[in-house]
Formats: sequence, structure tokens, C-alpha cells
Amino acid sequence: MEDLKTFLIQKVLLFESDTLPAETDRVLQQVRRDKTDVAVIHVSSNTSSLIAGADKTYNSIKSYIEDNEPDSVLVKVGCVGPANYEPVVCVQLPGKNKLFFRNITEEKVEPLLNGVFHNDINNEDLLGQVGSKGFGLWPGIPFMNDLPFFARQKRVVLGNCGCYDPESIEEYIARGGYRTFIKTIRHYTYEEVCDIIERSGLRGRSGGGYLTGLKWKQALNTSSNARFMICNAKESDPGSFSDRTILESDPHRLIEGMAIAAYATGASSAILYLKCNSGHARERVQTAIDKAREYGIIGHNIYSSGYNLDITVRIEPGAFVCGEETALINSLEGKRGMPQLKPPYPTASGLMGKPTVINNVETIMNVPLIMQNGPEWFRSIGTEKSPGTKIFAITGRGRMSGVVEVEMGISLKTILDEIVDGIRDGKEFKAIQLGGAQGMFITNEYLDTPVDFDEMRSRGIGMGAGGFVVIDESTCIVDMVRYYMEFIRNESCGKCIPCREGTGRMLEILESVIRKPANEESGTTLERFKGVMQLETISTVMKDASLCGLGQTAPNPFVSALKNFREEFEEHIFDRKCRANVCRGLRTFIINVEKCTGCTVCAGKCPVNAIYGTRLQPFFIVEDKCTGCGICFDVCKFSAIIVK
Amino acid sequence: MAEDLEVIIKKYKQGRREDLIPLLQEIQSATGYLSEEAVVRVGSHLGLSTTKIYGLATFYDQFRFFPAGKINIRICNGTSCFMNGSQAVIEKFREELRIAPGQTTRNGNFSFDIVTCMGGCFHGPVVLVNGEYNIRLRPEQVPDLIKRLKYIIEND
Repeated sequence: MEDLKTFLIQKVLLFESDTLPAETDRVLQQVRRDKTDVAVIHVSSNTSSLIAGADKTYNSIKSYIEDNEPDSVLVKVGCVGPANYEPVVCVQLPGKNKLFFRNITEEKVEPLLNGVFHNDINNEDLLGQVGSKGFGLWPGIPFMNDLPFFARQKRVVLGNCGCYDPESIEEYIARGGYRTFIKTIRHYTYEEVCDIIERSGLRGRSGGGYLTGLKWKQALNTSSNARFMICNAKESDPGSFSDRTILESDPHRLIEGMAIAAYATGASSAILYLKCNSGHARERVQTAIDKAREYGIIGHNIYSSGYNLDITVRIEPGAFVCGEETALINSLEGKRGMPQLKPPYPTASGLMGKPTVINNVETIMNVPLIMQNGPEWFRSIGTEKSPGTKIFAITGRGRMSGVVEVEMGISLKTILDEIVDGIRDGKEFKAIQLGGAQGMFITNEYLDTPVDFDEMRSRGIGMGAGGFVVIDESTCIVDMVRYYMEFIRNESCGKCIPCREGTGRMLEILESVIRKPANEESGTTLERFKGVMQLETISTVMKDASLCGLGQTAPNPFVSALKNFREEFEEHIFDRKCRANVCRGLRTFIINVEKCTGCTVCAGKCPVNAIYGTRLQPFFIVEDKCTGCGICFDVCKFSAIIVK
Repeated sequence: MAEDLEVIIKKYKQGRREDLIPLLQEIQSATGYLSEEAVVRVGSHLGLSTTKIYGLATFYDQFRFFPAGKINIRICNGTSCFMNGSQAVIEKFREELRIAPGQTTRNGNFSFDIVTCMGGCFHGPVVLVNGEYNIRLRPEQVPDLIKRLKYIIEND
């Protein structure tokens, strides 16, 4: 082990020329397990695969190969992308292409491996093969890159995800990692690095789209005796998990990116600001940092370049608003995470009053690639104003879900139709929602919008940090808006009154819309409609008068929902009907006379005594008394109760 | 417990304001919650008033001031789990355990928290109990799950 470390440092990291000698490359191939004489099995092991049962699969494969194929190597890798195919298992037989299998749960392991080790790979769970030069082709099996899910993607930033063991720094170095950082600190000045990044046109991926190189320059040009670099991995939008997938699958590239960013801004201290409860991400990142320190990649006087760097992990204590940069800085300083007025921007006066650069995980992940391949390469991907790729975490009702990376300029429709492959269970598409709890609903009308900062902004759509929620007809938009509003209400920091009070009032009004009025007489319908009108006023005030992005964008889901789905709001108010049958308060139940056996269970359970009848005769529900709680529906053993 | 506290506080010798959150986090992960004693001790170490520390700790969701239950249940309420019916599951847990999210049952057996997105979006609603993920949990499965957990506690 010690030998390998010295070898990697001397012969790889410190090797000056870009192409390594063949002799070195042969050793690296061994480390990468590219050419081995034994079978290699990869099991995905990030949170989404663990939820699907990947650790059981791992143990089961382990005991299988111990019993049958003791020479084989079993490796835990990151995520390859499609979350609905987890746990994904990849088998590489000696000299053959890699084969990917999907949904390999514990009990499927034995038949699968029995087949694979006897060259019988006809398995219904076979996804495809991944090949490289000099490996045996599996005839008649599709290539992974030709599958619709992968064909339209451009996996650059995610290129390493799912290919290597994220806990092994050796493998990352063998894949060319950290060489860029060492080259950067030895051959480039701070300004040159900022310049390269600026020329590449890399824009902040957290939604704002500010030029990263420009931001770095601003921090670098502020005179100060200390600077800070912060990587914001606080991704706490409900339904967004792309950063976590990156941290779990490829932590070393993030560290390399952070190290380059810290060098470019002249910071000797970098902080990774991580979400609490982030599952395995924290352990993975901590292991990666410890290993990097062991290799001298971070520390004092890195490889005699005279540059010192320390990376620390700080765990965010659980407040959504801390994703905003000034709030983040406050929380790092040991204060309540409340946003502050800008300017001064953090690049002028940030953490401890020193110039601070804050970048999002995805932005940082692009940095080593740009430094390695040059700004022109980066400009060749994507559109002119928004070069590069964008990562989305696709969730919701699509047929496929998971983390995808697409080239900028691709239309949302292509993502939805080809990568997501339409809607699950043959349901009707309703909308997609970009950018988490403060994003907009995008309907059919706007689906041809290309993924591009400026194009989207001109249509009033925010790109967001990467949430991509597919909504179908079985989801009630009003309820969805209420859900987001509840989330924002809970997370409002309470500094500005428009946001603190506005979110509360908006939630109250929305809640009254999805409930049946207690008293039908006194013109409540009109009042409820007035409520919706007032929601629009509150939205405008919040947008104008809140300090930070959280308050300003909080009404977004409502505003876009009202614009696109006005009839659904009206239905809820006037007809007291929820077309998706989601809003519990508006449901009415009736008893199917033919199926009811008169068992009296529902009548006994009804909390408001709305069910009457004689034993062994069909019962009936008094609609005026019914509160739509659904208990009768749940307890009926004969499915005699139906939702109207 | 008091010794634990001293060991942790010793790690932050300089007593700077920016150490406050990591200090509280470490105390919480060692002892399970922030006791009054701990908050007072941290205050005297950092030269901050107890109210200031309470003000900070109550602002953040992570800190709790009562011990969590022997079994802490974490329910995902991310967008995808929500669309797949996590609200009904949460309701059912509330009903069965008779506590609100963030609280602990009187006998100290159960507590439950709501989190946003654990990353199992295709398998929602996801409920994490005892390190085990329960996927596609339906509200009607909740009573059985709790029965099973009670059995585990009794036989522990």
C-alpha cells in the first residue's frame, strides 16, 4: 500500500508531461481494475440504492462469491443515474465488456450470478453493456449509451459517478484525478486560473447564473490578509438530491474542484457546508478529505508549491434559509442563519468580514474539467451564453427518475419525452416543476423552452438548482401549492414581515380552499374566492418587500399555478371538487348499495356519526354530516364505499 | 454525561463564537439532546448568555431539548414522497403514537421527525426506522410496523 502511494505521488501526480509512460499506465490499469484476470462486480451504494436494498444485495453477492468464485472482486461504487433501476449491479468478466443489471434485489443475486459465471447472461434484468477498446463484445446486447435514458444525456460532470469506488483515492488518481490541481498550483498564478474560468463562461449552477470566474476575481481583487472559499452543499429543497449523489459518488473531484477554487481566489481555508442528515455523503466526503490529506494534496506547502490549504466540513444545523449565502455565513459565524442586506457581497466582506467565495457543488465539479481540457473545450458544449451541462434530479411521476446530466440548450420536452420516457401508468401529463419549493409550474405551452439561463429567464422561468418534478393528473395542483407553502412557512427565518406573515396567511387561505366550509350559508364561497384574490396581492407584496430570495420567490408556485390552472382553483372553491381526488376535505363518499353487506363496521368507526342503517341492510352516508375523513373508506372490507 | 460534556468542551479550547454550532452539534450527537446543564455550561465556556444560545438552538431544526425516543422514526416528506401519499402516513403515525413530529412519547420509546428528501424518490413514501428503510409504506401498514417496533423494544 505504501509503495503504491509513493508510486502514485512520484510517477503520476508529480509527472510533468500530460501523457504518462506506458509502463506507468499499466500499473494504473491494475488500480482502475480495467484489465483484470478475475471477474469484477460493482454494486451501487449511494443512498437511493441503499433505500432500494443495495446493502442486502452486497452482502448476498459477497457470500455468493466467497462460496463459489473466491477470486472475484466486489466493489462498492457510486450511482450510475437511474434511481428506479436501483440496486444496479455491474459485472465485468475477464476481457469482456461490462454488463449492467437492474433491480437486483437480494433474492435475484444467486440466479443472476449462476448465469453470468456460466456465460448465460440471458436475464430479464439485463440493461446493457458498456465497452471500451480491447474488450470482448457481447453480441446482441444493447450498449448503455444507446438506451434512451442515456442517449440524450451528456455525462461530463457525472462522468466518474458509478465508475469507481468513491472511498479509494488511488482509483481517482489512476483515473487522472488531482493531476490538474497539482499542475494548476505549480504552473498557474491565481489570476490566470480566474481568467481561464472566466473565459470558459462557466456560470453559477445554483440558479442565479452569475459568471464564476468574475466572482472569483472580485474576491481576489479585494485586498485582505485572509480569504475563504465555501462550497455550498446545502441542498435542502424537497425532492432534490443531485448534490448528494455527486458527493456520494465522486467526492474526490469535488475536493479537487474546491482546492482549485480556493487556490484561484487566494484562500487558504475552504469549507464544505453540508446538509445535516445527509446520509452517507458526510462519511464519504470526510474519508475523501482524510485521504487527500494523507497524500499531501491538502495541507501545508502542497508539493513544494508554497501554497497551503485546509478543507473542513461544517454541518448545517437544519434551516432551509441557510442556503442563501449571507445566511450561510451567519450560521458559520455561530449566529442565527438570517440573510443580510446585499451589498456588501460576500466577495467583498463575507465570513469574518473577509472576502469569501461561495459556489454550489455542481459549479465546483466543472472546475477541474475546465482546467484539464481548457476553456475552449467547455465553450464547445452547450449554448453560447450558457456553456456546459446542467444536472437535474428527476423525481415525481415520470417513468424514469434519477440524476441526469444534459447539454445546455436541450429543450425541456426532450428531457421529458426521451430521458424521462413519459408518464408512469399511462397517466396524463400535467406540468413539470423546476427548482424546488420556489419554482414555477411549466405546462405544455412552455415545454419547448431550452435549458439555458437567459432563454429561461426571458420566459420568466427560473432554472433552479436542479429539481425536476414531473407532475401528472393524479396530483392536485392546489394541494401541491399548499405543500410548498407549508414548507416555506416552516422555513421562513422570520426576519422580514412580508415573508414571515405572508407565508402564514397564504397557507391559511390555501388550506381553507381545500376544505369544505363549516357553514354553507354566509356567503363563504365568495369569501374564499376573495381569499384567492388576496393571495395575489400578498404575492406581489412579498416579492417586492422581502430581503432574500426565499421570501421573494416564495409565491412563485402559487403565481404560476394560478396562471396555468385557474380552473382547478375555481373548481375547488365553487364546485367543492378536487379533480385529482387528493384533497381529503373535499371528498364525499357514497355507499354502493349492491356491495354493502350491512356489517356496521363503518358506522361504528365514523367519528361524526354520519353513517346510518339497519344491520345486514345496506347503509347510507349523510352527506351534510360527512367530513370526508375517509375512515369508512379505509375500514370497509367489501370496497363498498366509493369516492364521489 | 457531565464528563462527556467536559471532554467535548475541551476540544474547543479557544471558545470562539463560531465554535458554538459545532459544539452544540457534537454535544447533541454524544448525548442525544441539549440538556439545560449543557446549554449553561456552553454559555459559560463561550461567554454567551443562555438566552442567546437558546435563541440560536431553537432557530435551527436539528437541535432538540428532550431526549429522542429509543426508536427514532424519520419520515420523508419530500416532493416525490408527498405526491405518493406521505401526508397520510404522517397522519397515521401521529394518530398511532399520539405525538407530533419532533416530540417523544411519554414512555420514551418513540419519537418521529419529518425530513425533506432522503433520496429514495422512486420508492416513496420512505420511512427510516432503526437504520432500515421502509419503502412504499401505506398508512394501513403503519400499525403493524409500530407493533413490530414495540416488540423489538420489549425484547431488547
